[in-house]
Amino acid sequence: MLGVASYLVFFLCVVLVLCILTMGLNLQWGFTGLFNAGVAGFYAIGGYTHAILTAAPNPQLMGNYGLPWLVGIIAAMLVTALAATLIGLITIRLRGDYLAIATFGIGIMIQLVSLNLESWTGASQGITRIPKPLATWFDAPLSYNLFYLVFMVAVVALVYWALERILSSPWGRVLRAIREDEAAASSLGKSPLSYRLQSFVLGSTLMGLAGALYVTFIGFVSPFDFLPILTFQVWAMLIVGGSGNNRGAMIGALVVWGIWAASGVAVSKWVPPSHAAQGAAIQVILIGLTLVLMLLYKPRGLIGERSVVSRHLVW
Amino acid sequence: MILQALTDGVFTGAIVSLGAIGLSLTLQIMRFANFAHAEFMTIGAYLALAVVTFIGPGTPTMGLSFGWQLLLAALLASVLAGAMSWWLDLLVFRPLRRSGAASLVLVFAAFGAALVLRHILVLIWGHDSYFYTRELQLGVMILPGMRVLPDQVFILALTVLLVIVLHLYLTFHRTGIAMRAMAESPTLAQVCGIRVDSVVRTTWLISGFMAAMAGVFSGLTPQLHPELGSNLLLSVFAAAIFGGVGSLPGAVIGGLLVGIAENLFLLVANPGYKPAMPFLLLLGVLWLRPQGLLGEKSS
Repeated sequence: MLGVASYLVFFLCVVLVLCILTMGLNLQWGFTGLFNAGVAGFYAIGGYTHAILTAAPNPQLMGNYGLPWLVGIIAAMLVTALAATLIGLITIRLRGDYLAIATFGIGIMIQLVSLNLESWTGASQGITRIPKPLATWFDAPLSYNLFYLVFMVAVVALVYWALERILSSPWGRVLRAIREDEAAASSLGKSPLSYRLQSFVLGSTLMGLAGALYVTFIGFVSPFDFLPILTFQVWAMLIVGGSGNNRGAMIGALVVWGIWAASGVAVSKWVPPSHAAQGAAIQVILIGLTLVLMLLYKPRGLIGERSVVSRHLVW
Repeated sequence: MILQALTDGVFTGAIVSLGAIGLSLTLQIMRFANFAHAEFMTIGAYLALAVVTFIGPGTPTMGLSFGWQLLLAALLASVLAGAMSWWLDLLVFRPLRRSGAASLVLVFAAFGAALVLRHILVLIWGHDSYFYTRELQLGVMILPGMRVLPDQVFILALTVLLVIVLHLYLTFHRTGIAMRAMAESPTLAQVCGIRVDSVVRTTWLISGFMAAMAGVFSGLTPQLHPELGSNLLLSVFAAAIFGGVGSLPGAVIGGLLVGIAENLFLLVANPGYKPAMPFLLLLGVLWLRPQGLLGEKSS
């Protein structure tokens, strides 16, 4: 019973991290129409920045400064924002599918750096001993995870509230206007490039935050936490839940990660270890099919975007 | 060293070119970035492996590491891969187009399809590496400091042949001309009575065929694995965009340049960063000349 409970707590903590990632993507794709195929890359920048700054000193690695947790979180967001600004300045004026190709490449580049820059990232060995805030207050891992779950609920609620606020503000309306009709928006004097860049950077910053919160929870970071498949899973979450709707994004994160975890359990139960590769393939095929079928038969997702009509419009 | 890197670059570039041709065609005619394209390289390679398992790679002839059997396998695999790429359009992309989905939604779907296809191959063959043939090939010194494998020369010659045939097809054949018309302006093409369905079908058949050819010969130098295609995806995109989308000579020149750049890069940099090279090239092109080397500026 305790095993199930502690697994559930672990599962929910991961889902909440994914909620932040998916909401970040939702800002970019759902509200602005920007195709970001490098989600895992921005997530990794946040995770690694936090790890390098806060991990306990290790003579084999540069970095590992053992700085306070909060410094790591803030720096993770700042560094991700800076990286997103640089990347955005180069790529944001590209038309849709070229942006997809470019961000896809950036995701791969970031993974290459994490695999090859051994003196900073520990390559495939990763970085260990990343501190957990307030860990001394708790005596058992389960009670700490429960605390972290409550903390994550608060963070997700805060992110959700803030996003809903800015999206219903004039700024958010401009984003949707650009998504629907770029020419019309610019004829009203709004600079599409500038707004798209803002949305791209803000969304990526949330991904960086998610990365830092994830490595805090796991206490360890390696390139295998940020495989390209993760980008795809986050998209599946957004499409399944309903892009353009933050509650949809969160439901999607829960549903898709639920499918992933449940199929993982089923595979480990019924597929012999000698066929582990095939078992993992089944999991990926399931997620791929979910996305394609969703696009074909329920393109709005489980709960799609609410259609908002101006109250000044006379019917 | 540099001479050898240039030579190797031309030969890997030939394979990249073959992959880039189909991608360039679909980018131009279907108007979306088909991330599933690279999987048809892998599918082609494995289909040929299936054929080779039955009939064998053939006895090595004329210094090559394989006989006519592998060529037959490559041909069968490529035709089948072409058909499969058309079926994927019928199953996924056409319904999406008909429902009026934006082109970026097709990109999402292509990513999903790519994952499904690649992992079906993993399901059947696992993650192990396979070889068509165990023949060992020795490089032939043709200039001081420049060795080539007979297989590489063959691949380059085959690429040139395929490109010439395709060029003639696009220039003189009715469907080929219709394809170019669709690429220019789909609406105008329809007004002129071009049968869109048959153009779309031909486009997918050619694109899958060329991709599979690239896959088979990539698997020949030296091995097959499930990431064979997806590892080449960025190179192929870079080549297609570098040369100018929709331009056949552009795709070939783009492919050769990407191949050469990758091999020169290995001389000066950590090989771990090799996959980044085509991407950096791509960024540079998108920044400096978005229409590509031989592409025309769209109005």
